[in-house]
Amino acid sequence: MPLLGLLPRRAWASLLSQLLRPPCASCTGAVRCQSQGTRDLSPQHMVVREKILDLVISCFKRHGAKGMDTPAFELKETLTEKYGEDSGLMYDLKDQGGELLSLRYDLTVPFARYLAMNKVKKMKRYHVGKVWRRESPTIVQGRYREFCQCDFDIAGQFDPMIPDAECLKIMCEILSGLQLGDFLIKVNDRRIVDGMFAVCGVPESKFRAICSSIDKLDKMAWKDVRHEMVVKKGLAPEVADRIGDYVQCHGGVSLVEQMFQDPRLSQNKQALEGLGDLKLLFEYLTLFGIADKISFDLSLARGLDYYTGVIYEAVLLQTPTQAGEEPLNVGSVAAGGRYDGLVGMFDPKGHKVPCVGLSIGVERIFYIVEQRMKTKGEKVRTTETQVFVATPQKNFLQERLKLIAELWDSGIKAEMLYKNNPKLLTQLHYCESTGIPLVVIIGEQELKEGVIKIRSVASREEVAIKRENFVAEIQKRLSES
Amino acid sequence: MAERAALEELVKLQGERVRGLKQQKASAELIEEEVAKLLKLKAQLGPDESKQKFVLKTPKGTRDYSPRQMAVREKVFDIIIRCFKRHGAEVIDTPVFELKETLMGKYGEDSKLIYDLKDQGGELLSLRYDLTVPFARYLAMNKLTNIKRYHIAKVYRRDNPAMTRGRYREFYQCDFDIAGNFDPMIPDAECLKIMCEILSSLQIGDFLVKVNDRRILDGMFAICGVSDSKFRTICSSVDKLDKVSWEEVKNEMVGEKGLAPEVADRIGDYVQQHGGVSLVEQLLQDPKLSQNKQALEGLGDLKLLFEYLTLFGIDDKISFDLSLARGLDYYTGVIYEAVLLQTPAQAGEEPLGVGSVAAGGRYDGLVGMFDPKGRKVPCVGLSIGVERIFSIVEQRLEALEEKIRTTETQVLVASAQKKLLEERLKLVSELWDAGIKAELLYKKNPKLLNQLQYCEEAGIPLVAIIGEQELKDGVIKLRSVTSREEVDVRREDLVEEIKRRTGQPLCIC
Repeated sequence: MPLLGLLPRRAWASLLSQLLRPPCASCTGAVRCQSQGTRDLSPQHMVVREKILDLVISCFKRHGAKGMDTPAFELKETLTEKYGEDSGLMYDLKDQGGELLSLRYDLTVPFARYLAMNKVKKMKRYHVGKVWRRESPTIVQGRYREFCQCDFDIAGQFDPMIPDAECLKIMCEILSGLQLGDFLIKVNDRRIVDGMFAVCGVPESKFRAICSSIDKLDKMAWKDVRHEMVVKKGLAPEVADRIGDYVQCHGGVSLVEQMFQDPRLSQNKQALEGLGDLKLLFEYLTLFGIADKISFDLSLARGLDYYTGVIYEAVLLQTPTQAGEEPLNVGSVAAGGRYDGLVGMFDPKGHKVPCVGLSIGVERIFYIVEQRMKTKGEKVRTTETQVFVATPQKNFLQERLKLIAELWDSGIKAEMLYKNNPKLLTQLHYCESTGIPLVVIIGEQELKEGVIKIRSVASREEVAIKRENFVAEIQKRLSES
Repeated sequence: MAERAALEELVKLQGERVRGLKQQKASAELIEEEVAKLLKLKAQLGPDESKQKFVLKTPKGTRDYSPRQMAVREKVFDIIIRCFKRHGAEVIDTPVFELKETLMGKYGEDSKLIYDLKDQGGELLSLRYDLTVPFARYLAMNKLTNIKRYHIAKVYRRDNPAMTRGRYREFYQCDFDIAGNFDPMIPDAECLKIMCEILSSLQIGDFLVKVNDRRILDGMFAICGVSDSKFRTICSSVDKLDKVSWEEVKNEMVGEKGLAPEVADRIGDYVQQHGGVSLVEQLLQDPKLSQNKQALEGLGDLKLLFEYLTLFGIDDKISFDLSLARGLDYYTGVIYEAVLLQTPAQAGEEPLGVGSVAAGGRYDGLVGMFDPKGRKVPCVGLSIGVERIFSIVEQRLEALEEKIRTTETQVLVASAQKKLLEERLKLVSELWDAGIKAELLYKKNPKLLNQLQYCEEAGIPLVAIIGEQELKDGVIKLRSVTSREEVDVRREDLVEEIKRRTGQPLCIC
């Protein structure tokens, strides 16, 4: 079984010789010790992370999703040409004589590969895992090169918009559950975007390029986006203006109705399909009780190439600084959409499996929660230890070892100091600094009397319990608290 | 070339025509006719070599985890993590890749098994090979002098995969380590206690933990007359004693590795020994071994260790085994390895080891290699070989015919008649909002039988059936899938009733 690294003797010698060499340049601060755009997760970070992932995964499970996992890397050919303009951001593995590999860029393409490979026609799955992108890391915004994604997807041919509605319901449940404040989910449809471009006069060859400009409207002002489209992407200015009329619209189901009546858009078959599906979607979202969180937003365009139908993106809203001020967007924390053509790209016969899904941007959420905790000065416990085994005198190691084994064997979380003769104050201090609520104390007095002292760290109250009852007493106290 | 392209275009058009006809539900003869035309065209095209779509597979030595495997994995991790937490460990995570220079020179000959990332103009990176070197790097980088941590993550080795035997190129490791300068053998004993707790809780059968010490082995080789240059290679021969007989091992050492026969015999006297603390006592008295300072240190520590293991109540699971030699150079003190025992074929037969499932030891020198001033942080730890355990647990569950559910859904919201989609959507949403795990079929008008069948296949225990009459009466039919018993529950009481039946607490905190 492969375990810890095996080192032959000469490697040991080489390691020893490294000790005599000047210290690792990285650790003197001259060069980095760690790869750029990545970070270790300390115990404090992990506690926050675990809580959040727990909530996300419970929600996925509540909706009947099955867990799955894929390798960190795929055959390069599997990932090639699936990401449009973003392809350049993939991490490749070195050609070491075997297969050409790349680190996965998201969890969706591996999912499509999995479905095609296993000839699965229907599946409701979640996948929590790391993905890697060689973007320029902007750590301030919580954007790393290695980050966690939480994906939920429903694959299969079903009656329209029911799974799509469930995806939005899930997004709402998660964002509400995380208590990050108010949020909004923008919804649009690729067919509406394409239809809109067509009726505005965008040449088909420019569709994807213009799409990705429009997508920047949540971060850039319209005039800057217009500039990019006209100057950098060669779009006719009057076409850009026509687009401008549409993409600045957003609203509820009434906007959908309005667009149905739009003289230009209603001539476009694609757009009509999209609008029809959105109308049905809003019906279901109303039955799910979340219609008030959803906004049909014509500026939503999403980066990735593979969406074919509804698309959505959730943004957190800042609290308005003054009454009457509109809530500002502070960035998206979840997104997704329908992608009916992806699996077919992997199937040898091109058999399609329609899919719809969502991805929770947990890194952004981690960052927000961590910032909040910092501001409030909140500290989290990084262990779950319930009981500490202590002694006030010397030569009580054996007793402590026996006691702690009894606690562990009863499933109680317990610790002791790895010292033969620790001072009582040191032990109590350890409890206070790590948040351990109870101490069991054994000393000469207690041994004579056949008791154990149980002490509450918070109240400092102590009570003597008969040795044979102490585990039961601890369990009672723990279940009460 | 152009011909081929033209043919391909014809095939494509004909294919579309066929699909169109099928969609329109045209007559069977018409479809058949057009399909025949399509096949003829395809035959003309011949084998499609240039546009051979890539093979659908995961990279060599890696695999997906299906929902079923995930369910098993979750069970196993749950048990392991609970144990780590019970012992007060914090958890950390490190990136999947490290700077190449961090990993270079740490794994000796195995360095060629490291996955490198392509040089794409940035830093040179490699995928982590284990969790221990990243841990040492983390300690040095953060100037930590003590921590008790666990880390569960995948590691990467370009080994020759043997997937049937659970050997992959990407696989999970579950590591627990205690770093810091403490009084001797207490943390070491806790590591062994943890190993025993985990292996017992996993219920994968009887196991044995072999224990030895680097210093005892080094001392033993020295006094037997093994030359320094042969230490490693003799080590790896001795290590095979759990699988092959002493005769074979001796032949390898003498015949293949050029060891003097009398030296081999002296080694043989020692390495065939295993036992409890009495063996430790015995060796402390051994005329030759007791002359060796290193060996005495090791034996002294083992004696202390056995005292603590007895207080921990696990000494019956521990065997001091002088043949335990694997991975020697990494460690500086105690080393241990847990093996599963096969049930004896016949009464009285000794149980054989069938492969190790966990291992570890003390490694006091590693962190010092990352520290600029060479400051040492003594460490002791263990690693659970979960990949093997996953397959054992899966097999055990199958043997017990225990159904491995891949979802946790408690209720299916079903309809008995048509046109009840809206009601189903409303009800399932109520259940979700109350924290109940519920599903519905993504069909406007599903047949009741299909809905019930879905429950049986997925192991969903309850069905909440909406029917026209029930709607009028303000009730929902709650049906138990296994017993098939149905009872009408008032709409407003449904959540409580479901929670009561599924043993869930009434408030979702």
